[in-house]
Amino acid sequence: MSDTQYLAASTIEEAVNAHSKANGSARFLAGGTDLLVQIKSGIRKPNLVIDVKKIVELNSIEEISENEFVVGASVSGVNLNRNKKFSKLWPGVLEAFRLIGSEQIQGRASLGGNICNGSPAGDSVPALIAAGCMALIAGPNGKREIPIEEFHIGPGKTVLDNGEMLVSLKFPKREINSSDAYLRMTPRTEMDIAVVGCGVNITFENNVCTAARVSLGAVAPTPLLIKEASKIMVGSDLNSEILDNVSKICMDLCDPIDDKRGTIDYRTKVAGVLFKRATLTTIDRIKGN
Amino acid sequence: MAKIQVSTKINNENVDYLCEPHDTMLDVLRNQLELTGSKESCGSGDCGSCSIILDGELVCSCLMLAAEAEGSKLETIEGMSEGGKLHALQQKFLEKAALQCGICTPGFLMASKALLDHNPSPTETEVRFWLAGNLCRCTGYDKIVKAVLEVAEDMKESA
Repeated sequence: MSDTQYLAASTIEEAVNAHSKANGSARFLAGGTDLLVQIKSGIRKPNLVIDVKKIVELNSIEEISENEFVVGASVSGVNLNRNKKFSKLWPGVLEAFRLIGSEQIQGRASLGGNICNGSPAGDSVPALIAAGCMALIAGPNGKREIPIEEFHIGPGKTVLDNGEMLVSLKFPKREINSSDAYLRMTPRTEMDIAVVGCGVNITFENNVCTAARVSLGAVAPTPLLIKEASKIMVGSDLNSEILDNVSKICMDLCDPIDDKRGTIDYRTKVAGVLFKRATLTTIDRIKGN
Repeated sequence: MAKIQVSTKINNENVDYLCEPHDTMLDVLRNQLELTGSKESCGSGDCGSCSIILDGELVCSCLMLAAEAEGSKLETIEGMSEGGKLHALQQKFLEKAALQCGICTPGFLMASKALLDHNPSPTETEVRFWLAGNLCRCTGYDKIVKAVLEVAEDMKESA
């Protein structure tokens, strides 16, 4: 890293221009908890590191209208946790983000960084997909918005072009009788990487499910939105037969790797189990609201 | 290449330094500012032995660039005792033998201080979760957890 330069950008334009000019050899730095480890180990050798934490849009949590949040890409776990209203509306997103690393990591690591790092096992991503977030992206050709489930195109690969940066996550307006949950399976209880992660986001009124989104992480090259789950769940009372059916669909759509942390069979089976548990947790949260 | 000039406040003193873009905060603390209490063990954010408090938040100083500290307030282990008097956590770690080889101890003390700053009366579970980012290969953690809980208890009684 000895010939790397450092720039603390103060505006989106400054960051985007610097990144564009560097022609692919620049990296954005938010919390740095992935990037600095990658640089130290030689996996990445950027010529320019662009610190984005001083850019207002990236560092703020805004309620743009009642129950509708926009969260900046460089907001840390500790800071998001301090927003009591966000925590109440999106407990699943918060628990997913807060599972990442220790308190030391939580003090730095950013929501946007977890997304842009592009790991298939990133904990926040299935929760954000289930939430139905839009990724707000700024680049040399202006701004664009895409659903977060379209952000990843492979392990470590995202849709971001040269010069483009993730600015913030736009959450849909939170309806009443809605909640979410994220569960993950790890060999250890803490400080570990998901073998399977599952995010569920449901609206459940008068014992009828009126909206549902289910997402799985760590079981395919990118986090998955299980569209078929929504079709079966919406309109139902989410009885055990429905949950069994969706659980099977989740398992059928898994395409995981086989490694020391989990075999294909194990990851696939756990995906079905986590879907059911996360759904029951979400229903409990809605009833407790 | 030009060095970067950084102005900070470390342990309540204004400190300016020049750093290379690639220097970590830990590099500058240890190698330039002679604040060698913070240790480098893993260098990848796993062990917590380089823990410092940055603008009120507990962080690994090995996982931040020294240049990122511009305008920030830092607390390191060197600022923990006041006028030669040990901080209650330091005193309790000694009394409870909550350390053996000592390499992890500055990190544990900074992490414990950050915990009690944010949550003056944690449960044992909260202490164990909070300290999960600090590794100790000697003590087995029990004495450390008990020391932190006793300091919290003492603070409650004296309040």
